[in-house]
Amino acid sequence: MVGADREPPAHAPLVVGVGNAFRRDDGVGPRVVQRLRELDARGELRLVEASGEGASLMATWRGERSVVIVDAARSHAAAGTVHRFDAAEVRLPSDFFHYSSHAFGVAEAIELARALGELPERLVVWAVEGGSFGAGRDLTPPVESAVDDVARRILAELPADLLPPGEA
Amino acid sequence: MANRTIEVDYLARVEGEGALFVKIENDVLRDVKLRIFEPPRFFEAFLRGRKFTEAPDITARICGICPIAYLHGAAQAMEDACRVTIPRHIRELRRLVYCGEWIESHVLHAYMLHLPDFLGYPDAITMAKDHPEAVQRALRMKKIGNDLMVLFGGREIHPINIKVGGFYSLPSKAEVRARIDDLRWGLDASLETVRFVAGLEFPDFEQDYEFVALRHPNEYPFNEGRLVSSKGIDVPISQYDDVLVEEHVAHSTSLHTRVVGRDTCHVGPLARYSLNFGHLSPLAKEAARDAGLGETCSNPFRSIVVRAVETVFAFEEALRIVDHYEDGMPPSIEVAPRAGTGYGCTEAPRGICYHRYTIDDRGTIQDAKIVSPTAVNQPQIEKDLWDYVEPNVQRGDDELRAVCELAIRNYDPCISCSCHFLDLTVERS
Repeated sequence: MVGADREPPAHAPLVVGVGNAFRRDDGVGPRVVQRLRELDARGELRLVEASGEGASLMATWRGERSVVIVDAARSHAAAGTVHRFDAAEVRLPSDFFHYSSHAFGVAEAIELARALGELPERLVVWAVEGGSFGAGRDLTPPVESAVDDVARRILAELPADLLPPGEA
Repeated sequence: MANRTIEVDYLARVEGEGALFVKIENDVLRDVKLRIFEPPRFFEAFLRGRKFTEAPDITARICGICPIAYLHGAAQAMEDACRVTIPRHIRELRRLVYCGEWIESHVLHAYMLHLPDFLGYPDAITMAKDHPEAVQRALRMKKIGNDLMVLFGGREIHPINIKVGGFYSLPSKAEVRARIDDLRWGLDASLETVRFVAGLEFPDFEQDYEFVALRHPNEYPFNEGRLVSSKGIDVPISQYDDVLVEEHVAHSTSLHTRVVGRDTCHVGPLARYSLNFGHLSPLAKEAARDAGLGETCSNPFRSIVVRAVETVFAFEEALRIVDHYEDGMPPSIEVAPRAGTGYGCTEAPRGICYHRYTIDDRGTIQDAKIVSPTAVNQPQIEKDLWDYVEPNVQRGDDELRAVCELAIRNYDPCISCSCHFLDLTVERS
């Protein structure tokens, strides 16, 4: 995982881009983080990238109040389809991200955090349906064109995030 | 109770896709099959024609949970083929990154995959509600293992910093020494883990295994040694193919391994422990004795305790190597291709992982053979199931099913690693 590269307000939301940038659409999470780095001129977000390994992911968001996760999904929807989950409201389908059957990826980390009472107050997961998870650094066109949309939607939800603790 | 079949169509908490089939007729056990239907993977075929330097990174993709075993096994085999010996510090650092893999793999399995069976939960998430301290301990321990993989492997999943001849780059002494506090905490947590799992209840079941593991003159085996067994094998790894053979069976995409002239064999923590107890650290030995283990262990259900003891060893070994780490060591040596056959064998968390490659004088791979530990264990798992169920056929289906699943998970089988068999036949009854 790559550390945050700027110093936004302490209660600023943490955006975690999950995935492998060398496996085509699996890299959509890191790519959205990249896009947010360009769009977030005022430095209101903390941006990190992560592999998606569950224990590391849970350590990343431990003690955080507001977390946004961006990951690739494989749920047989059309490539580029954008899903949004509010983890406070729904259980994540565990086969959605298809990380590994050794079963400790994004969905399991969220559910384990929920069981342990370690879920951030606000945890939103943006999942972009991938078309290809083969080798390569380029996203497929439908996923590439979803990147900017997801980044802007994350920013559009910012004002609620940036309220001081207790007023959200 | 005349004719019964017990089926688990899709085994949970194992890596890869497999199923269990048990057939009982008139209270007589007729058939036990661990069906593996993970798709075949063809790694050995598509390695042919690739450069010898590509084998570590290609074979690492065989497994997301123990990539270091494949990186090291392939690198070691290529270094053997090219007749080079890596310097001592690189050998030590390979052990260090292997500690990371053992820690993260053993902790994941012991706590998240195996422990729920013993405590009666369907999964770790449900278990976490009642045992939050244990799960939090596991998460932090696993993270410390991950961090070692990131530090020396570049990333925690499919590391990319290990190559034939050493590493692409090495971290600074300051970065390495920054891990010490975590590793010390981890060592304490691993001792606590041994105490915790020692208190579980284990079925009374012992097997007359032929244990197979590496053995080194003065180390608990990670990365090197002779291939030895509890029934007399003692050969260099270049003679692996003389003592262990693989055969196709219809119900599995994994090849099944047998000892030449004998039967099934058992690789993994129990085998390593039982063949190398003397090389464990004093602290790990003491933890094992306090947990009620002897110098050998033939009860597969106690493998969770042995994994915990090996985790103690891995934290200690990591601390030992980190303590001696210095800046400015060359990350690798040059390895020039040379025609020949090379052998590599290391102890993956689940047992020995064997590599054999033949390369030409330009370093192009002509032939490859890779045997994963789960492929070796698979017939042994079926034998355990047979031997456990046969005297217990009177028990109810649900109880038998639960114990059978536990018996499979004793081996922490990594099914997706083990698959490379072409003709797939699924038996249905």
